Amino acid sequence: MSIDVSLERAKEQAVAGGVKPRRFGGWYVAEHRLMVMRSYLQTMIATGIGSPLLYLYALGVGLATIVDANVGSEQAAVTYLVFVAPALLCSAALTTATEEFSYPIMLGFKWNPTFFGMNSAPLTGQQIINGVVYAVIIRMLGQSIVYYAFMLLFGAVPSPLGWLTIPVATLTGMAVGTLIMAYATHLDEDRGQFNYVMRFGVIPMTLFSGTFFPLETLPSFLQWIGWISPLWHGVELSRVFAYGLDEPGWLTAVHVIYLIALTVIGWVVAQRLAVRRLNK
Amino acid sequence: MPEAVISAKNLVKKYKDFPAVDGISFDIAPGESFGFLGPNGAGKSTTMRMVGAVSTRTAGDLSIIGLDPNQNGPEIRSQLGVVPQADNLDADLKVRDNLIIYGRYFGFPRNYLGPKADELLEFAQLTDKAKSRVDDLSGGMKRRLTIARALINNPRILLLDEPTTGLDPQARHVLWDRLFRLKEQGTTLVLTTHYMDEAEQLCDRLVVIDKGSIMAEGTPASLIRQYSTREVLELRFGSDRNAAVAEQIAGIGDRIEVLPDRILIYSDNGEAELQRVTEAGLNPITSLVRRSSLEDVFLRLTGRSLIE
Amino acid sequence: MTTIEAPPVAHVNRPFLLPSLYAGNARSVMERAVKATASSNWLIVVSGFFEPVFYLLAMGIGLGAYIGTIQTAGGQEIPYAAYIAPALLAVAAMNGAIFDSTWNVFFKMNFGKLYDGMLATSLGPFDVALGEIMMALARGLAYACGFMLVMQVLGLNLSWTAILALPAVLLIAFGFASFGMGITSYMKTFQQMDWINFILLPMFLFSATFYPLSVYPEWIQWIIQAMPLWHGVELMRGLTTGIMTGGMIWHVLYYVVMVVVGLTLTTRRLKALFLE
Repeated sequence: MSIDVSLERAKEQAVAGGVKPRRFGGWYVAEHRLMVMRSYLQTMIATGIGSPLLYLYALGVGLATIVDANVGSEQAAVTYLVFVAPALLCSAALTTATEEFSYPIMLGFKWNPTFFGMNSAPLTGQQIINGVVYAVIIRMLGQSIVYYAFMLLFGAVPSPLGWLTIPVATLTGMAVGTLIMAYATHLDEDRGQFNYVMRFGVIPMTLFSGTFFPLETLPSFLQWIGWISPLWHGVELSRVFAYGLDEPGWLTAVHVIYLIALTVIGWVVAQRLAVRRLNK
Repeated sequence: MPEAVISAKNLVKKYKDFPAVDGISFDIAPGESFGFLGPNGAGKSTTMRMVGAVSTRTAGDLSIIGLDPNQNGPEIRSQLGVVPQADNLDADLKVRDNLIIYGRYFGFPRNYLGPKADELLEFAQLTDKAKSRVDDLSGGMKRRLTIARALINNPRILLLDEPTTGLDPQARHVLWDRLFRLKEQGTTLVLTTHYMDEAEQLCDRLVVIDKGSIMAEGTPASLIRQYSTREVLELRFGSDRNAAVAEQIAGIGDRIEVLPDRILIYSDNGEAELQRVTEAGLNPITSLVRRSSLEDVFLRLTGRSLIE
Repeated sequence: MTTIEAPPVAHVNRPFLLPSLYAGNARSVMERAVKATASSNWLIVVSGFFEPVFYLLAMGIGLGAYIGTIQTAGGQEIPYAAYIAPALLAVAAMNGAIFDSTWNVFFKMNFGKLYDGMLATSLGPFDVALGEIMMALARGLAYACGFMLVMQVLGLNLSWTAILALPAVLLIAFGFASFGMGITSYMKTFQQMDWINFILLPMFLFSATFYPLSVYPEWIQWIIQAMPLWHGVELMRGLTTGIMTGGMIWHVLYYVVMVVVGLTLTTRRLKALFLE
């Protein structure tokens, strides 16, 4: 057997070796991410169970006693518990997305550059981003299912379509999360930027997106906050499914389109930036 | 020469206008152990990343296993093992899990990867550390684990970027021993180093690279023969006297290099030259006769030391 | 003729208390913290002021529009915003103190290795502990002043006694900071640090922050009243609303005990970690 043939064979092997990574690479990355999450399993389970229990009880039961006593039943269509529960569900998904799409991305590119390791194996920048996204979707879905079960337990979901709030909450997390991921992919140096994202982005968003009180309460010159807030769109959409919130059909369509559009933009930009960053 | 597994022609990589790699050409044969020797910033790592099919070249031709990295990155990388300069093991995972998850990137099933990981831990002498956290390993252990990880896919070509930088002498020897075994098994080794002893130990053939260009190419022995003498006489007169003494001994040996801390006299017979120096009435503080090394080759080619 | 001057001898006043642990120089530890803050992340520090303000605007003004007035534990009707504002101030004092004394200290202990360097000098562990805690307090006081100003503008300080809320903030922060640092010294991994949030979150939600304790069954009320934040909330609420009762002295005492126990624990741990 001559060397010539062996190079030809090496080439064949290489071509064969590229098939699986090209097809399933994103899922291999997701597998890695889920393995890493497993080392945080205890705190994840504690958050997954503790957070719905505490928030639903504190706001949906405790605070609700005061709100319901002061807001006449002719004023409000539903009890405060039913009103606030979908918002809490979406906020929880948003919190998880913020967590998973910020520091872990910085970690993979900089502090513990595992993404470069993946890229020296047959995986591409797009696949690395996809894999992170898949893993976070899986986590958010799981967490939202548990949250939803608690909502049922508290009697917070009158509508039979209520389960649709699970994918909606996940999509809400994605809409904000992929944008944060794109930003984290672009970020060279951590000078506390994520603190600003939290304090001037995520926290105000959580508070002023028609979550704890209807958006109409805000003075009209501040209501644009809700219109641009992905959380507001997610929460309103959840309310449509959870208790049949009365809103025009076109607005429901806007919610869906807006959330999907942001998700796609963040996702694609993050892919591009990742490819560029890995190709040094 | 048999057909090359890696072939580069006029390879160029520019960052904005700065050429990190400025038109280099080389061929590497299957089973060969090939080195890039040069100081930090010479363009070695950039070359390695292009050969590793993760960095797009600016110009020139590059073929790895007969494939173009611009089109077939994943295919090429499925046949490579890569040991980067900075470890990028996952600190969140245990030692053995690091190997297994890396094998998953290539699409190997878990029931294959389990035994394979154990075999590689044995090879890297890390079996008793299988369940440790990565952060608890020493520098040498981490590097061996990275090498084990690079072998998870039975690579045809192993790329090592500064494999022993930052390791203590004993850890380096353990590592060299492991790399020798791989070479014996027929793996093609491509490595960069700024240590001449490492290049002499591991490389069948090497190129001396500086400022993005190749200065010379050959086996370690032939480079020394071509660019240096058999022996070198090292003299120290004290840092303020070296320059003055150099004028007095002009003409002794084939060539003289004056470094800030010592004078090097190149000659085929160092002892004889030392005698001529003492006969001239000069008494060095210390003197040493040694064999020429690649360090001397580099000094001759660039006028600078490898380690600055 | 030349004279050889003796090197200046560092003047160290060994204080009467804890002479082996305390060099009377916590100030230099604090100075370092101030400089580090000023040079790297002062904007982040400033941004921390906005968080409680956002909460006040959203829950107090936004949600408050629906709730109107609320009955305090003593039976008086006050606007909802005036009810939660002092609670948010207490929460901010807790969060700030806990962040400074846990995460911040955790990083310095495990990554920056800052304390090893400090303790290699004449500084003792008590200087380090006190220095870090005072830094946390200074920051907490700055936030509190800003927040009180916002409250004043919104008309939520119902009595002159509100001014006493400032020293009260310090006391609350001191209690949490001295305890937090001691607890952090036991932490080794990020996962363990996460558990701190699991204690803070229920305290934040249930300590009569957003509504009176009376909505709960009695046994839950007892648990909440055993926790530190409730005492802080009630103390602050009494001061800013001017509804003072003799029982407030117990809230103060609770924190005094917390400070003493916390400082003892922290100092002992630092000594065990770095000097033995």
